[in-house]
Amino acid sequence: MATTNVATQTGAGIAVAGQPGEVQIKPLTMNFGPQHPAAHGVLRLVMEMDGEIVERADPHIGLLHRGTEKLIEYKTYTQATPYFDRLDYVSPMSMEHTWVLSVEKLLGIVPPKRGQYIRVLYAELTRVLNHLLNLTTFALDVGALTPALWGFEEREKLMEFYERVSGARMHANYFRPGGVNLDLPAGLADDIFEYTERFPKFYNDLETLLTENRVFKQRTVDIGVVSAADALAWGFSGPMLRGSNVAWDLRKAQPYDSYEEFDFDIPVGLTGDCYARYLVRMEEMKQSISIMRQALDKLSKTPGPVKVNDRKVTPPSRGEMKRSMESLIHHFKLYTEGYHVPAGETYTATESPKGELGVYLVSDGTNRPYRCKIRPTGFSHLQAMDFMSKGHMLADAVAIIGSMDIVFGEIDR
Amino acid sequence: MSDEALKELGDYISGALGAAVLKAEVAHGELMVTLTREGALRGIQFLRDDSTTRCEMLADIAGVDYPSRPERFEVVYNLLSVKHNHRIRVKVSTDEDTPVASIVSLYPVAGWFEREAWDLYGIFFADNPDLRRILTDYGFEGHPLRKDFPLTGYVELRYDEEQKRVVYEPVTLRQDFRSFDFLSPWEGMTDVQLPGDEKAVIPLGAPTPAAKR
Repeated sequence: MATTNVATQTGAGIAVAGQPGEVQIKPLTMNFGPQHPAAHGVLRLVMEMDGEIVERADPHIGLLHRGTEKLIEYKTYTQATPYFDRLDYVSPMSMEHTWVLSVEKLLGIVPPKRGQYIRVLYAELTRVLNHLLNLTTFALDVGALTPALWGFEEREKLMEFYERVSGARMHANYFRPGGVNLDLPAGLADDIFEYTERFPKFYNDLETLLTENRVFKQRTVDIGVVSAADALAWGFSGPMLRGSNVAWDLRKAQPYDSYEEFDFDIPVGLTGDCYARYLVRMEEMKQSISIMRQALDKLSKTPGPVKVNDRKVTPPSRGEMKRSMESLIHHFKLYTEGYHVPAGETYTATESPKGELGVYLVSDGTNRPYRCKIRPTGFSHLQAMDFMSKGHMLADAVAIIGSMDIVFGEIDR
Repeated sequence: MSDEALKELGDYISGALGAAVLKAEVAHGELMVTLTREGALRGIQFLRDDSTTRCEMLADIAGVDYPSRPERFEVVYNLLSVKHNHRIRVKVSTDEDTPVASIVSLYPVAGWFEREAWDLYGIFFADNPDLRRILTDYGFEGHPLRKDFPLTGYVELRYDEEQKRVVYEPVTLRQDFRSFDFLSPWEGMTDVQLPGDEKAVIPLGAPTPAAKR
């Protein structure tokens, strides 16, 4: 491997290699992570460096592999839902969303409108939740501390909405095949609406901190450029694909859960660099807030059940169960045996905050999935790390990882 | 896309690829094309390059294990066309020993997906330049997502204070592994004899209750 000459600072008496004032630097193999704070979890990156230039990056993943797909094969469909919260633990409900849609597709049921709107509301709330974490820790990776502190405060407010609807701040287990578990408690819709009114203030503050920040732009503009053709060939999705000027969003292209009734725009980045991906995510948050308000408006006009009224799939309410023998039996059967899903297979995907999250579900007609392959979003993004960071400085590799929005829960499964 | 349009697309693919297509069917609004193992590489290349199918993106590769079949593994490719907004699912079957042609030359993203299928199922992909394990531990043995691999695995690890390193030991279960299937006579379990059922069996040739009435 060739060595590079690097000019030293003047006056220092360093050994001369070729010309005066130059030293030789040996190529070096470096281990980045798995305990590095900028590795966003447990990424181990073996990098071949030429001085400070990355020549090859080989991501080693699997340090958080828990065998989710294998475990799901041994659980009923109801018991499998909580595993999805633990995939991308930054946006739990979006993970559940793909799962419940795939099971619904095989069961051939469609949730009532109110259930769909609640799912849209929470899917978009989750998108804000996810982007808040990603954008602010991305800024942290390239040297800005304040956004992370502010962003986590906002995240806490959003997780409160999670808690009020499901009882858990993160691992909600709220979306269920056939709708959602329970209707919104009284007053929650008003509080979420109030939050969407307060959010633009925070949004503007965050923009003031980063968008025109000279240091932030120096660290992100023209770093990790991906062309549209490369982005497609490497299986990019979500903001990574849109940052490379491909207007593709499953919510528009293949709408699910009444997304076709909502009015929103798909932001597209023109340059395909880390800064474009930042801008796309910022704009997506704004659109998500707008969708949340539309969903709240629709919810106020759509009373009714939040899950299908088929007792062979969704359990009866607690109160009903105490009075009716039939409900008690249904409840018992659903929480022990579960429901049988007709034999068949489907690949269902949703636009999760990080991109296309797909579930390839094979059912053999019993109460447990035969095979559940989860198509993670970050998996293909991380694979492109090698070509994205080639020729960049080590510090830029950190910026690239930050802009990829990587969470190991879903990559390693 | 409507089912008719997908069916037409399936017919078009069958016509263009000829004998390489074993089956093209539409279920749940999704098109599924089964290819022969030999014709898979050419078939997927056709799906990528043809102007009618134009699948620019490989969304996913999944392995599935059916131990009862003569060729136990299925490799499932999920292709996506951003241009035409459709998905095509391609299936190829294989067994433990027969390699499947790698499609890294068509889609670079396939590299890791194939590594994953190799790691978890032991499906071998010929011409994949970097077929290492990916999700399991360094030095792991076996292919954990096969149906005959136990859920609990074979080894467990702990930090050994004396050797000052992580050591592997055969897995010890405090309680036998129990697999609850909860299938009951209510639904599903229709051909099972429960204690007492023999009393209800009608002797051969005896009139059935319906006939008596």
